Amino acid sequence: MIEAALVFAFGCYGLGLLANLWRITRGPDVADRILALDTMVINLIAILILYGIWHGTAVYYEAAMLVAMVGFVSTVAYCRFVLRGDIIE
Amino acid sequence: MDILAELVIALFLVVSGIFGLVGSFGMIKLRETMQRLHAPTKATTLGVGGVLIASMLYFVVVKGSFSFHELLITLFLFLTAPITANFIAKTFLQAHARESDLPSTERSHGWALFDDAPSEKPDA
Repeated sequence: MIEAALVFAFGCYGLGLLANLWRITRGPDVADRILALDTMVINLIAILILYGIWHGTAVYYEAAMLVAMVGFVSTVAYCRFVLRGDIIE
Repeated sequence: MDILAELVIALFLVVSGIFGLVGSFGMIKLRETMQRLHAPTKATTLGVGGVLIASMLYFVVVKGSFSFHELLITLFLFLTAPITANFIAKTFLQAHARESDLPSTERSHGWALFDDAPSEKPDA
């Protein structure tokens, strides 16, 4: 039962990644693209955790934590660059 | 394995998958940027929270080991989601809103987007 639920969740998040990719290519505004990239990072965290459950190892938490931190910092840096033309003033 | 625990874990996985899909589908479906800001910051964050709860339950029930790592990730995501949403909204406003369009802040200093930061000393 857990295997079927895992496959379902993998499918959902994979479709979500495709939707975000569509928004990155089409997004009329820079803000849309940053938002889509941020959502991609969140979906990627979910997929990493699911992969960890699939293999039954706890190794992927650290990877997910790192991806979460890098994703947040990169989103803020990208927004600040667009806003101020500089990341650290 | 206990069938009830398995059922609960599967339920969490399915519900979180649906939330994640809804959040990302909102990126396609909603029409304007400020509307699109709603979908990922709320639904997707909740979906990831569900996945992390499912993972925590799975490792408690199946492996018999409890860990706080998932809680850390959940806490981090719940803390950072509003900040990124605020920054993205600012980015959008800077490109599309003029200062005259925005309502007054009714404070001594205006919108952070257009005004400098308030000086360190408060106005006596």
